[in-house]
Amino acid sequence: MPALLEIRGLTVEFTTSRGILRAVDRVDMDVAEGEVLGVVGESGSGKSVSMLALMGLLGSNAKLTADRLAFAGTDLLTLTPRQRRKLVGKDVAMIFQEPTTSLNPCFTVGFQIVEALKEHMGGTRKWRRDRAVELLNLVGIPDPGARLNAFPHQLSGGMNQRVMIAMAIACQPRLLIADEPTTALDVTIQAQILELLTRLQRQHNMAMVLITHDMAVVSETAQRVQVMYAGQLVETRSADDLFSRPRHPYTAALLSSLPEHAERRARLATIPGLVPGIGDRPVGCLFSPRCAHANDRCRAERPDLYRDPEGLARCFYPLDDSGRPEGVAA
Amino acid sequence: MTVVMEAKGVRRYYEVKKGMLAKAATVRAVDGVSFTLEAGRTLAIVGESGCGKSSLARVLAMLEPPSDGELLIDGLPTLAPEADRRVALRRAVQMVFQNPYGSLNPRHTVGRILEEPLEINTDLSRDQRAEAARAILARVGLRPEAYGRYPHMFSGGQRQRIAIARALMLKPRVVIADEPVSALDISIQGQILNLLMDLQEELRLAYIFVSHDLGVVHHIADEVMVMYLGRPVEHGETGLLFDRPAHPYTRALLGSRPRIQTGANKIPRKTLSGELPSPLRPPPGCAFHQRCTFATELCKRDRPELRQVEGRAVACHHAETVLGGAD
Repeated sequence: MPALLEIRGLTVEFTTSRGILRAVDRVDMDVAEGEVLGVVGESGSGKSVSMLALMGLLGSNAKLTADRLAFAGTDLLTLTPRQRRKLVGKDVAMIFQEPTTSLNPCFTVGFQIVEALKEHMGGTRKWRRDRAVELLNLVGIPDPGARLNAFPHQLSGGMNQRVMIAMAIACQPRLLIADEPTTALDVTIQAQILELLTRLQRQHNMAMVLITHDMAVVSETAQRVQVMYAGQLVETRSADDLFSRPRHPYTAALLSSLPEHAERRARLATIPGLVPGIGDRPVGCLFSPRCAHANDRCRAERPDLYRDPEGLARCFYPLDDSGRPEGVAA
Repeated sequence: MTVVMEAKGVRRYYEVKKGMLAKAATVRAVDGVSFTLEAGRTLAIVGESGCGKSSLARVLAMLEPPSDGELLIDGLPTLAPEADRRVALRRAVQMVFQNPYGSLNPRHTVGRILEEPLEINTDLSRDQRAEAARAILARVGLRPEAYGRYPHMFSGGQRQRIAIARALMLKPRVVIADEPVSALDISIQGQILNLLMDLQEELRLAYIFVSHDLGVVHHIADEVMVMYLGRPVEHGETGLLFDRPAHPYTRALLGSRPRIQTGANKIPRKTLSGELPSPLRPPPGCAFHQRCTFATELCKRDRPELRQVEGRAVACHHAETVLGGAD
């Protein structure tokens, strides 16, 4: 299947007062038509920044380079800003973590949905209004006709997130990027929103990139997963393989630190130390200072992404099925 | 077993002005909560946003007085006590907040943040205060250099350690933690939960643990109180509630949490329809009946009171049916 989204060697650097921070470091990503890709990682792993880069939503202090950045065969790097805006918001749409702050508080939600339709689809005023009602109905907002005139502050967080989803799918995008769409919501509402997203994704055969730090949400929703650490892609494989047989020590450590995987009241497995900051990137593997299996080679050399039968892992000694590093004497 | 905290029908109401002329409405944020908490135990309070769990935490921390009911600490009432005992009472209960970025004064050094409670509440000398602060830093796993640094120089997890250290400065009996790990990354979350469990064992602390993360609650709590629209709907031992919930709402909360699943046959989450009703206009009868699959005419009319069913307290007319297992 040809990739809908194709990213090769995406790098984003920010100029800060303390020097240049490489937030995204040569990341590759492919998303096929109709596929759900989960992107997981802790804060500062570059998962959001790489998607903002794709959408062209980075600030002026960011420098973006890539070998290839293509959507449905169109090279995004050579597009003029005007051409790019035709694509972004129509074929590629994004929803954000905080629905209440992502909507404009000064306009009704109806106005904000119609604005997106007007920009990309045209049509008559009446058609746009009807379409907005239809969209609110589709995302499960009761009494959609009346809710068009509501301001964001009059709706709950869950309702606002539904409005954001309605806006994002207004022009039937082929790719939806959902950046922590349920993190700010209660568990019961979270389940409703995820169900809505997966239903829409299936009905419209829409591809989705789901960015989250919640491993359980990824395991339930995504077909394939990419794990990011300190700006680098460290592991990618199918969701089933990743959760049952993680190969990278970071993925394995993340999974075992979940309370679900520990005895009640027992000490939780933790990853010692912190994600490296701007000035303390290690010479070798970026995870080596926190890795239980690191040796002198890991601390001296940076590993590449190595291919294994099921996917890719950025590790000299990927874990075998029993969770022990390969090629190292016990 | 020593009971360190006891709540008897604690209520907290807020007046909400609806306009210049309209009569003020009353929000019953906490509407009758009772429990006893023993030293060395953890009571988790769970529920959706707006269920009153944070309002309850503020009353228990004595940041706000209860509108009705009684809060006892070490068997002594907290309302209008003599001035000298009030100081001692405040020292017995301390709080750790959700957001370690907002709850530490950015203009004070960590040393000053830690010493301030001692300065206000004790007559220790400057040297003794500094010594106590340095001792607690080591206890929560921070390096001695942290003493002279400012909060912005620390990561989220480290700041939460500072907030925990500050709560421990006055050697409290009860620590109220309002979503203490929900702002932290997974790998850091484990470190903080381990620290809280270690401190509890060592100091025989009692915890009130307010959280919406059921995985964390299951791990750390001895007993759980589920709240809905200001009222407890189910209260019992953690294992019992998680294995055999008797209230449809507890069941729905547990059913809607995401779980790590692999393979072809993933169990779909049971989702709960609708949202929490407005606390300004609570529905008549059982507050949950509009979202409940077990609801009958009785539920629309009569509000169920808490009663004992199979080892836990539950406020549902149909608890036996729910436990019977029919979907």
